[in-house]
Amino acid sequence: MIRTKDLTKQFGRHLVLKGINEHIKKGEKVVIIGPSGSGKSTFLRCLNLLEVPSSGTIWFEGKDITASLGDINKLRQKMGMVFQQFNLFPHLSVTENITLAPRKLLGMSKEEAEEKAGILLKRVGLPDKAKAYPGQLSGGQKQRIAIARSLAMNPDVMLFDEPTSALDPEMVGEVLELMKELAAEGMTMAVVTHEMGFAREVATRILFMDEGQVKETNEPKEFFESPKDQRLRDFLSKVL
Amino acid sequence: MNIIGEKLYKALIEEERYLAYLEGLKITIEISLLAILLGVVIGILVAIINVTARERKGLKWLSLVCSLYINIIRGTPLMVQLLIFANLIFVSRENNEVVIGAVCFGINSGAYVAEIIRAGIESIDKGQTEAGRSLGLNGMQTMGYIVLPQAVKNILPALGNEFIVLIKETSVAGVIAVTDLTKAAQYVGSRTWDILTPLLIAAVIYLIIVLGLTKLLGVFERRLGKSD
Repeated sequence: MIRTKDLTKQFGRHLVLKGINEHIKKGEKVVIIGPSGSGKSTFLRCLNLLEVPSSGTIWFEGKDITASLGDINKLRQKMGMVFQQFNLFPHLSVTENITLAPRKLLGMSKEEAEEKAGILLKRVGLPDKAKAYPGQLSGGQKQRIAIARSLAMNPDVMLFDEPTSALDPEMVGEVLELMKELAAEGMTMAVVTHEMGFAREVATRILFMDEGQVKETNEPKEFFESPKDQRLRDFLSKVL
Repeated sequence: MNIIGEKLYKALIEEERYLAYLEGLKITIEISLLAILLGVVIGILVAIINVTARERKGLKWLSLVCSLYINIIRGTPLMVQLLIFANLIFVSRENNEVVIGAVCFGINSGAYVAEIIRAGIESIDKGQTEAGRSLGLNGMQTMGYIVLPQAVKNILPALGNEFIVLIKETSVAGVIAVTDLTKAAQYVGSRTWDILTPLLIAAVIYLIIVLGLTKLLGVFERRLGKSD
């Protein structure tokens, strides 16, 4: 579904990604872990071109998206993204947050979009917050609304950029629970996270990134039980 | 007490002189409203062009043009701009001085409004733009639906200040033979041999307009603030 070849990204003189060759297949739940500064968030943000790669190629559903930057708005509709800082639109109500993109981009009528928003709000467990503004919500609620907002565009793949890192500890669970449900429903997911429990439980594959490279990739069981890369062993010994 | 009453009578009532103020006031309001409108339109356009062009290599020159406009307007006195405008650009005597004034004040105000709006746009967290773009909205839609509405809320006090300054600055319009409120007061003074009283009357009228506008902006701010 998403394939990258020799993907590099340079910020100034600093090479953040040093040639990533990856293939995320349909239905996969890929969890990306690694120390901070390893380039994992940059890698994720390159996948929907929030960061434009310095070189290399990305294919999404068979299309070379690095070549045809013009179509990117269409392609992004199919790639939901959830941010560490939620990035809900504070001037819009929860319902308006969810319905904005479907109304403007999919040509949905207000009623149609609101009906869909209602269904999504039920799904993320916040049907009573339809009229609330983001400022009135807790962090966990905000992130669940952000997920609902992404789902409203019926994406083929969801990208999560440290979705629980900005949350108070007691709110991490509710967001992870929702992500697990999404995974169980078959959504293709790429998740940058520090939640090792989530990685172990939900991932079909884990990538370990360090110094701008994918150092190791494996299924969760193998990954945690017999890590081969020395840096990964050091990393796991610190976080587990 | 009697002297003040007499002076006021002469400056206001005698020969229906209050009509002169009203005429002047009408012109001042006409120029101000047109100039505010033009200034906001220019300001939004210049700010958006400036912010978007800076990030794209091929469009750098557009950003330079915007900077040039802003620097020239902010770097020269308004009255000089007004005189140059009236004498150089609109040479024909057929022209309507009110329109010349409004256009000149609008172009002047646009430079300041552009800088205010640019600051407003830059005050909005980058994550807002990223969230909009990641949903598939294009740059313009993200600006229009997400960034600008929030920016306007943040800059409303500064914008209101600019409107107030603009209204007061229109009092120099007299130099291009526009009979605005200030000029009207001066005319009355030249007729009654008492310049101070009409000027005080004009000052009070300006004050009332500005206080009214301040109140209006306060209501507006409260309304926009309701989502907080």
